[in-house]
Amino acid sequence: MSNTRQSAGYSAWRAPVLFAILAILFVLEGTVRNSMFSGSWNTSLAILNMGLLSAITALGVNMQWGYAGLFNVGVVGFLALGGLAPVLVSLPPVEGAWQAGGSRLLAALAVGVGVLAIAKMVWTRTRSGLAITAILIAGFVAYRYLFDPAVIAIEANNPSRHGNIGGLGLPVLLSWLVGGLFAAVAAWAIGKVALGLRSDYLAIATLGIGEIIVAVMKNEDWLARGVKNITSIPRPVAYEVDLQNNSDFIGFAQSWGFQAAEASGIWVKLSYMTLFLVLLLVLILLAELALKSPWGRMMRAIRDNETAAEAMGKDVTRRHLQVFILGSAVIGIAGAMMVTLDGLLTPTSYNPLRYTFLIWVMVIVGGSGNNWGAVLGAVTIWFLWIKVEVWGPALIGLLTAAMPDGPMKLHLLDSAPHMRFIAMGLVLLLVLRFAPRGLLPEK
Amino acid sequence: MDILNALVVFLNFVFIPAAAYGAQLALGALGVTLIYGILRFSNFAHGDTMAFGTAVVILVTWGLQSLGITLGPLPTALLALPFGIAATAVLVLATDRAVYRFYRVKKAAPIILVMASVGVMFVMNGLTRLLIGVSEYRFDDGARFIINVRDFRDWTGLPEGLALRSTQALTLVVAVIVVAALFWFLNRTKSGKAMRAYSDNEDLALLSGIDPERVVRLTWIIAASLATIAGTLYGLDKSFKAFNYFQILLPIFAAAIVGGLGSPLGAIAGGFLVAFSEVAVTYPWVKVVGYIAPGYEPGGLMQLLGTEYKFAVSFVILIVVLLFRPTGLFRGKSV
Repeated sequence: MSNTRQSAGYSAWRAPVLFAILAILFVLEGTVRNSMFSGSWNTSLAILNMGLLSAITALGVNMQWGYAGLFNVGVVGFLALGGLAPVLVSLPPVEGAWQAGGSRLLAALAVGVGVLAIAKMVWTRTRSGLAITAILIAGFVAYRYLFDPAVIAIEANNPSRHGNIGGLGLPVLLSWLVGGLFAAVAAWAIGKVALGLRSDYLAIATLGIGEIIVAVMKNEDWLARGVKNITSIPRPVAYEVDLQNNSDFIGFAQSWGFQAAEASGIWVKLSYMTLFLVLLLVLILLAELALKSPWGRMMRAIRDNETAAEAMGKDVTRRHLQVFILGSAVIGIAGAMMVTLDGLLTPTSYNPLRYTFLIWVMVIVGGSGNNWGAVLGAVTIWFLWIKVEVWGPALIGLLTAAMPDGPMKLHLLDSAPHMRFIAMGLVLLLVLRFAPRGLLPEK
Repeated sequence: MDILNALVVFLNFVFIPAAAYGAQLALGALGVTLIYGILRFSNFAHGDTMAFGTAVVILVTWGLQSLGITLGPLPTALLALPFGIAATAVLVLATDRAVYRFYRVKKAAPIILVMASVGVMFVMNGLTRLLIGVSEYRFDDGARFIINVRDFRDWTGLPEGLALRSTQALTLVVAVIVVAALFWFLNRTKSGKAMRAYSDNEDLALLSGIDPERVVRLTWIIAASLATIAGTLYGLDKSFKAFNYFQILLPIFAAAIVGGLGSPLGAIAGGFLVAFSEVAVTYPWVKVVGYIAPGYEPGGLMQLLGTEYKFAVSFVILIVVLLFRPTGLFRGKSV
């Protein structure tokens, strides 16, 4: 993106000022109660927490787009895959599930992966399409032979309460890393295929993998109960009920002038916020260090001119694969954190418009290539996305106040929620055209 | 061995649905591939263009129905189609003027155009929701069946029935007409030849005095027509739901890439290939096998993959093509 309209340099105060404005918005949300703000710290902090998670996701997307110019349209899939980790790692084990079909299931998955690996090996050695087809068909039959009975057995195990394989009972914080690992593996597989080809192909391939991961999570009941959802995922922070029964906490809350119920909610959200902030800052630190290192310079060189970088002996495809995996891992971590924050996994909620394209709007608005920009864009857009739900109908109500009552007015009032999509699309298009470097341009 | 009944079951549950679906995908993929050939980017807004066009068609259909105008045995939507095409063409031309032209003139990287198309997708998605809402609509009227199951059984005396819905037959007929018209246009008319020349070699076409903006406008109008027709046929055959048109984007892209991006013939072949694989892989073959090999008792349904994974089929086809022949079956562009 050369010849942009913005000047390359910008004031050093720009970032602090923008972040300060954002902070003021959150304080207003927490303190002022009127038609625009809720005046509840619980709401304000809830928006902030989700905003911070969006920021981590945006950080991952920014690594792929800002550092390497890779267009990942499957963010929703990597988030969902990350969200699987808390369920598989930190939920208590389901009684009888492993005995029912655990080993057979593992064997099936091993056979599946093994067959693919053998097929790959045979292909590189012989280049024989016939042999590959035979191996794949035999492998598929073997896989289904092992897989189907295992799944039936696991799903038959106490189906009203469980029917899934269950977790390992490990700490939930560990599952965040595992979530990143899951996403990284998926990214490796997809990147191996689609990178090195035309740039659109990665976009289309990731669009596909995103939809498939969500479809798998909806339909494979043995994995995480599918659309029956998983609830009560363990928390890394205190529970509201325990706080409300704790006399020390009640006294502490009263000294600040809060009721115990409200204060316990705020306390939990503040604990989450601290956790998220720490992780976000660590990730930014690592990302910034990487970007300033020789590796980062090489990545930017590749992004700005692939041909030249290749001529200098850089393996462009390999570097792209590397940064694609790293970015996806960060997205996976965010996905695991998201599920932990909600305490439940609902595969139906993974909507690509909300989890892929909104994240993209955040990155573009914030400033592609700039990590702080991604954070700023994420929290700002998330705040607006939530508030537009309140402001939109109010605005339309105001605009249509002069209109006579009738079906037209009713239709306009009903359609306010759809305005969000138009607004977000317009924001993306306008920023892309008039300020392609975003709120906080890359230095 | 009962070949006849097996054949009827196969036709009824695999061949006819897959052929209709394939025709819809082919029309959609033609739009994507034409835009790729001329404008050189993958248009992520194509699914929502289809949805928008279909929404307009549905609204006009309702208007016509309330005026008492119908087409007798044919769906009224056919009469509404020109209005839908006109509205969609206006919308995409306006989009091109407001969004894409800027990047075209600037010669921005294709990926920026893809990203802009994502923004357009958002806006069009919102417009469609605004126009018609998010619910599911059925808007087919007229005769439901050309051949229905009971009549077929009475005629032939076979235990298995065969149904041919009028929307399926209509889809195939319309698709054949549209494709024939498109190929006639591309191969025989001056404008069509200009489009192909521009697609093959932009600089050479410019040197020969072809007006690029005119070519681009023509492309958008054709793409809008194809999208509206494909969307309407898909909606008539299944039902209209805005979100389904976003999901159909993946099979459409798969079809266009399998055929080779930029190759119209490839898009058609790709559409049918994707549709037939999708239906064949997700169909439970137990009944067909039962007729062909009466003695054999398979344990399960003989279904390779659950229907909920039908999108995985187009994805796998996509992956295989990317691995072994990234330019597609018909050697599309390899920019």
